[in-house]
Amino acid sequence: MAKARKVPAIIDNPMSFCPGCGHGIVIRLIAECLEELEQDQNLIFALGVGCSSLLGGGLVTDRLHCPHGRASAVATGMKRVQPENTIVAYQGDGDAYSIGIAETINAAYRNENFTMVAINNTNYGMTGGQMSWTTMPGQVTTTSPLGRDCEITGNPLKFPELVASQFDVAFAARGAVTSPKNINKLKKYIKNGLEAQINGEGYSVIEVLSPCPTNWKLSPLNSMKRIEEELIPYYPLGVFKERKEN
Amino acid sequence: MDVITVKEERCKECGLCIAHCPNEALSFSDRLNSAGYKPVQVDDAKCIKCGICYTMCPDGVYEISHNGESGGED
Ligand SMILES: Cc1ncc(C[n+]2csc(CCOP(=O)(O)OP(=O)(O)O)c2C)c(N)n1
Ligand code: SF4
Ligand code: SF4
Ligand code: SF4
Ligand SMILES: [Mg+2]
Repeated sequence: MAKARKVPAIIDNPMSFCPGCGHGIVIRLIAECLEELEQDQNLIFALGVGCSSLLGGGLVTDRLHCPHGRASAVATGMKRVQPENTIVAYQGDGDAYSIGIAETINAAYRNENFTMVAINNTNYGMTGGQMSWTTMPGQVTTTSPLGRDCEITGNPLKFPELVASQFDVAFAARGAVTSPKNINKLKKYIKNGLEAQINGEGYSVIEVLSPCPTNWKLSPLNSMKRIEEELIPYYPLGVFKERKEN
Repeated sequence: MDVITVKEERCKECGLCIAHCPNEALSFSDRLNSAGYKPVQVDDAKCIKCGICYTMCPDGVYEISHNGESGGED
């Protein structure tokens, strides 16, 4: 039997992401989960600065464009003041893990009761492709023109693994948007994160390996191939911290 | 009756749906939309309404309705 499919109302608008950009897939999954959990009208997004900000153009829901890197601190405040609302921090790798690493880690460290979705496209997409803490070893960016030299920069950050092993968080996982199978798995992770928040279990993070065809200078299909062949071996997919009751 | 709808104006010609369609029902048309992209077209005789194109599309181009209903869980 055929499956009925319709883009959720809160994001059923044209979006200005580049062709083949993963942001569009991820935001649809978040909105589908919110709809299924009946939270789509009970939601505040804390949007990071980056191509995540482009969401603002098509999203019909409460949201705040947060100071760069600080969306997890803003989400903390939102949830503490408005605990009945569902709060989603939506941030890029540059925003969450480089510029705002202190705020991001502190929210996880305190097990704040909100959900962060981190779009890891291994660069600062919006500003033309600079190196971030998740840029791969040897990856050429505008600020690592000879390829990232980890001797100087340190190694690419694995945030879900870090918080799962060091902090008492509710749920931590990494997914990818490379295939229907991976997208369906990612949706389950996002739903688990949101359910953890609704049940008051605490902090959840879902990182997504997501293509940035424009700055990677690859076609949309070859960008997905790069994730499969180059990123997933370094950034494994799966759940790093399972919810306690599951 | 299952119906697949294509919002041509939203298509950015990325090709992700075409690459994953299990039945080769999708191709780019010869037309241009107002953004200058050649939007996808569906060969309805080949389409099995599986929804994979909806799943892959970053730009909300597809809708698949089943007996007049659309949306809902897996
Ligand atoms: C305080 C401040 N510093 C720098 C910038 C410039 N800036 C805008 S977006 C961005 C990086 C975004 O990268 P990421 O979070 O990875 O998001 P992406 O665009 O890749 O999705 C930077 C440095 C800014 N807007 N504000
Ligand atoms: S620059 Fe990269 S992340 Fe930003 S919209 Fe374009 S493809 Fe997406
Ligand atoms: S619904 Fe399935 S068969 Fe039909 S065009 Fe989409 S992917 Fe192809
Ligand atoms: S995935 Fe969407 S935007 Fe990309 S070619 Fe297919 S319909 Fe167009
Ligand atoms: Mg980025």
